[in-house]
Amino acid sequence: MAATQHPGSETKTPDEFHAEREKEIGQHIGYRYDVNLVPDYDRITPFLTKYMEVMGWDDLNWLEDIHMGYEDGKAAVFDRNNNSWVRVPDSIELPDNQQDRDMIARELLIKYQMSDRHPLVMLRKAYMKF
Amino acid sequence: MASVSTMEASRAAAATETRRIPSDEELRAMTQDERVKALGMTTDQLHGRSMYVEFDPGETERFTYPWAPDVDFNKRTEIDTDDMTTTEVNRKIRELMQEGYGTIVLKNPRGKHSLGVGILNRLNLIIEGSCGYFAVGLIDGPNVRINGRVGWSCGENMLAGTVVIEKNAGSTFGAAIRGGDLVCKGSVGSRTGIDMKGGTIIVGGDTGALSGFMMQRGRMVVCGNAGKNLGDSMYDGTIYVGGNIRSLGVDAVEAELTDLDRKWLTRKLNQYGLLPDKGVDHFKKIVSGKQLWNYDNLEPTEKKLIL
Repeated sequence: MAATQHPGSETKTPDEFHAEREKEIGQHIGYRYDVNLVPDYDRITPFLTKYMEVMGWDDLNWLEDIHMGYEDGKAAVFDRNNNSWVRVPDSIELPDNQQDRDMIARELLIKYQMSDRHPLVMLRKAYMKF
Repeated sequence: MASVSTMEASRAAAATETRRIPSDEELRAMTQDERVKALGMTTDQLHGRSMYVEFDPGETERFTYPWAPDVDFNKRTEIDTDDMTTTEVNRKIRELMQEGYGTIVLKNPRGKHSLGVGILNRLNLIIEGSCGYFAVGLIDGPNVRINGRVGWSCGENMLAGTVVIEKNAGSTFGAAIRGGDLVCKGSVGSRTGIDMKGGTIIVGGDTGALSGFMMQRGRMVVCGNAGKNLGDSMYDGTIYVGGNIRSLGVDAVEAELTDLDRKWLTRKLNQYGLLPDKGVDHFKKIVSGKQLWNYDNLEPTEKKLIL
């Protein structure tokens, strides 16, 4: 049945999620998380609250679609601006709850996208219209 | 082996030391090809480098893009767009953002097409009147309020932010939207949210035929009725409909409305003043039946059954 029934309270290992979904659809899929899981606002982090305030939004807006997934067996977040996965370093301890993991994913992604080391910064310099 | 690695490392270090990043002034004087080369984007040696990228836990706290001008929501200005072209209006919005204006009001839009497109910063944009085609497309961050109506493809390819339209909208509302909230308080035309890849589309009234066609991700909420072939060939994502559905499209199926759905719907509709008096319990939830996910694996006879 629909993936939206996923309660979001448990975390599955990449292999469990991978195997379950692939069995269901009969072919390989690229992502390994529930794309339809909506955020639990009781678990929001102070950084994300501040981000919402700065942007003038009442909720997480586009970050509602951001989840922590896996790349090559490692926790990672997909960065749409770079069209690639960005890995979570081993030094960051991840909680056993998908909702909490998603909040961390959102925070890390914002910090990365807004940083000077994001590839968009150089791409913009090279291809922007002056 | 170790000496080769050392040589490569020293060569890379030398290349970094010798390559000076040109100033914006110098870049301006170059052709695009020269710019790309000067920035080392085509000359870097990829050999021996790992291609994966990792987050830096010590990243500086920043909420807008590095190049985005710092704007103040309390600094407000108005533009009378009556005698201006679309290009002039969009250029003026960028100039005003550079000057720090965080709230910009566009007066007399007179149905101009492509107004307010490509804004990649936080901003309050208020359009007093109606817009033509492709209004506020490709935006990443701003909060837009349009007091009138909009034509085709409003908010197409939108990345982030909020857009609220007080009256009706044309077809392909929120085409290929990737993120953010796109709200029409009136009714919309056909193919709403076609190919949507994320974000939320909310329609206060009715939506036309083939809404959610080829939807891949995100959420669509229709408080009124939906036309025929709703969610046709949807791959993933969720559609909530408060009224009647003329017919479901290929591989769109009804699912159970969960408590998490109810909570989310109530919060989201409340946010835009669209929560029905009777609550959200009557909403139907439509999701992908996932029969097309393994389309290639199906036998021709089964394909006929589905299609």
